[in-house]
Amino acid sequence: MPITVSMTVNGKAVTGEIEPRTLLVQFIRENLKLTGTHVGCDTSQCGACVVHIDGTSVKSCTTLAVQVDGADVHTIESLADGDTLHPMQEAFRENHGLQCGFCTPGMVMSAVDLVKENPDPSEQEIREWLEGNLCRCTGYHNIVKSIKAGAAAMRG
Amino acid sequence: MDGSSMDNKWIGKRTIRPDGADKVTGRATFGADFNLPGMLWGKVLRSPHPHAKIISINLEKAKAAPGVKSVICSDDMVEFPLDTPVMVGPADMRFVSRNILARDKVLYAGHAVAAVAATSVKNAQDALALIEVEYEILPHVIDVEDAMKPDAPVLHDFLRTGGVDPKPESASNVASRLEFKLGDLDAGFAAADVIVERTYKTKPVHQGYLEPHACLVSVAKDGQATIWSSSQGHFMVRSATAIMTGLNVADIRAIPAEIGGGFGGKTIVYLEPLALIMARISGFPVKMVMTREEVFLATGPTSGSWNTVKIGATKEGKITAATATFRFQAGAFPGSPARPAASCAFAPYEIENVQAIGYDVVMNRPKSNAYRAPGAPIAAFSVESAIDELARKLGLDPVEFRLKNAAKEGTRAAYGPTFRKIGFVETLDAAKRHPHYSAPLGPNQGRGVASGFWFNVGGESSAQIHVNEDGTVTVITGHPDIGGSRASMVNITAEMLGIDYNLVRAQIGDTNAIGISATTGGSRVTFAAGMAVTQVAEKVILTLRERAAKIWDIDLDAVVWENGEASPAGSNAGDFEPLSLADLAAKAAATGGPIAGQISINAQGAAPAFATHICDVEVDPDTGRVEILRYTAVQDVGRAVHPSYVEGQIQGGVAQGVGWALNEEYIYGDDGQMQNPGFLDYRMPVASDLPMIEAVVVEVPNDAHPHGVRGVGEVPIAPPMAAVANAIESATGLRLQDLPMSPPKVLAGLDAVS
Ligand code: FES
Ligand code: FES
Repeated sequence: MPITVSMTVNGKAVTGEIEPRTLLVQFIRENLKLTGTHVGCDTSQCGACVVHIDGTSVKSCTTLAVQVDGADVHTIESLADGDTLHPMQEAFRENHGLQCGFCTPGMVMSAVDLVKENPDPSEQEIREWLEGNLCRCTGYHNIVKSIKAGAAAMRG
Repeated sequence: MDGSSMDNKWIGKRTIRPDGADKVTGRATFGADFNLPGMLWGKVLRSPHPHAKIISINLEKAKAAPGVKSVICSDDMVEFPLDTPVMVGPADMRFVSRNILARDKVLYAGHAVAAVAATSVKNAQDALALIEVEYEILPHVIDVEDAMKPDAPVLHDFLRTGGVDPKPESASNVASRLEFKLGDLDAGFAAADVIVERTYKTKPVHQGYLEPHACLVSVAKDGQATIWSSSQGHFMVRSATAIMTGLNVADIRAIPAEIGGGFGGKTIVYLEPLALIMARISGFPVKMVMTREEVFLATGPTSGSWNTVKIGATKEGKITAATATFRFQAGAFPGSPARPAASCAFAPYEIENVQAIGYDVVMNRPKSNAYRAPGAPIAAFSVESAIDELARKLGLDPVEFRLKNAAKEGTRAAYGPTFRKIGFVETLDAAKRHPHYSAPLGPNQGRGVASGFWFNVGGESSAQIHVNEDGTVTVITGHPDIGGSRASMVNITAEMLGIDYNLVRAQIGDTNAIGISATTGGSRVTFAAGMAVTQVAEKVILTLRERAAKIWDIDLDAVVWENGEASPAGSNAGDFEPLSLADLAAKAAATGGPIAGQISINAQGAAPAFATHICDVEVDPDTGRVEILRYTAVQDVGRAVHPSYVEGQIQGGVAQGVGWALNEEYIYGDDGQMQNPGFLDYRMPVASDLPMIEAVVVEVPNDAHPHGVRGVGEVPIAPPMAAVANAIESATGLRLQDLPMSPPKVLAGLDAVS
């Protein structure tokens, strides 16, 4: 039996008729056609699907859409301010913090949440925070560098 | 124009990649990001058994299920007789087609048996449960040792071991044997003062690309098809799909999605032919996306292996003889990288008496597929571990020992070629000089060194350059950009034309937009596409000079192209203000039409890559956990066209190698089922498992390439497993010969030595 969910996604009120078992990531990708949120594993290890729910990073592959009824959801598509990239996005771009770029949206969303909690994270703190975000391409080297630079830029 | 000079403006610069903004904002479209109106979802039914005969398949109930528009099995695909190879590039369609839809037999748990396209994923999944397959279960065999036994269950009745004389009369699981040999082994070992002989084992590991396989296929009423998919080569997708579905090549347009990693694993198709057939039958576009579990169960890991190595050397440290035998798990169909393993094994060394033997063996596992420098990491783990032990026994520094035996220009490799200019010695020298090599170590810490080799390859590439009316330039190539190759193509184009990098944009052309371009793999793209782009830029420069000559009404020879503008060659040529690329672009219509060039080449002259890595570990004596403390990877890249992405390739290769060394493995039960098909139990390195990885780039230019390029992506995964094993021995005295060197194995080993 389909049910109705309503939430704010990237600042816009959205409503959907969905199967109760619909995952948040399916709702975002298939109903809303926001494909910047990726699915790498379906089992909560890779972090490609990270979005912000009420300001906190969450894996949308292990969240049911109905669980976030009424919440404020932000995806990678809402991070830039118009034509200006978010400082964390700019840091990944400038520091070559990506190769294939598939992990990147999730990495950036996780990193933004990290810096909110810890404005000046050490290399070790960044590495530990990223334990739920896999990257198979970069060996994490340039991702760590990007997040350090992004954190510095966010501090202003 | 001398692109290899060191005062280049763009080649060798860390420019911002042209697709950077797309990828940090989520705008980039990967394989699963395409949608069409009326689109169906396709799902695959997979075998629960590791080995069984298919007695019958009944699709009727599934066809009648709600929302189902098409249900297919191998009867719906072109059948290739088993006795004749059908090659598409390096892939044999006899096996690929039977791998993506089983015919007569299932050969591993997870083998695709049938597929459904329905109006939703749920409808498709529900319909899979209604497909009735009657199996006759057969005994299975999982490990290579068992599969080679004379009484092993035989997977393929047609298979006769190739490469042996006389050709066997009965079927076995050994698909082929190959051998390379130079000199006289007996004499060589007789001259040795010290000999090390060891057995090594490695487990299959998955490429682990983060993006699961995905495609969308639409078929027009006249049969012409469009494929959007994530692959390492859309021309391969087109060829393989055409032949398996019975279409003409020209009737398929393959559009490359952005690719979320491949590492060799996306050099072949799994889904596209099924989606195409179901789209054709149903009349609707079909989208298919694998789950991570399907990626593990049914797409290529690299081979596991069981290998023996024997090396002898004199007291002075000269290697007198070496031999190795590699027995590789091909999975369900022939085609493991036993040949490149045997080729690469001793390639870094000048050895007079040398032999390498390879066996390609089938068993009830998923069909193996290429993984970064296929075969070379397994060979390097075995050989470089033995080399380290030999150096220890001789009391020689491991880098010095390698230097005494290093291959150089003029060395003949056992697998055939005599090396042109190579940079192995340079990597060893740079490693020796690096402060890492002499830094102090603490308790339970150790340092290991290992080297590696990869051929690098060239091949077919096409390129176009278009000078646009506003003075900007578009460069188009035909290789999916897997790790920043667009940036390298832009660097080369800007360098050649002498214009600002920001005026150049790079595109990946689909199969209807660019000439044939072989798959991204073998570390070939910057080499081969870079050569094509360079040659087409030369053509465009010629056109630009012709246009200036026409405007000035002077001879072509009297016009030179420098710093992005045409000028008279000297005072004799006349007195004209230079014409910039933008000036000439604006006048193009009046001077002869659009200024553009295209070229298709088969790039020759690929030159090998060598790497030497230094790794420090700390071994926890209580838990057996190995921590990587410091890692330095030295590599001869020929020429770094974009140093940041060169370093990134090296760092990524090291990280994968560390995973292979310490944690990653396919685990099977006696029931023939993979027990860890997910990222929870198949443990790839996370950020906290690794330190910063220092990439040291050595540049010994490849003289056959206009910019000196060799190729970068693959060799960095060859040394890490041995470097880690050698470091563990230096920390603990424990020599491990069986990957992965996971905590329980290390702990058991430590208990045994103490
Ligand atoms: S897709 Fe959500 S963690 Fe991997
Ligand atoms: S850049 Fe490819 S997975 Fe991170």
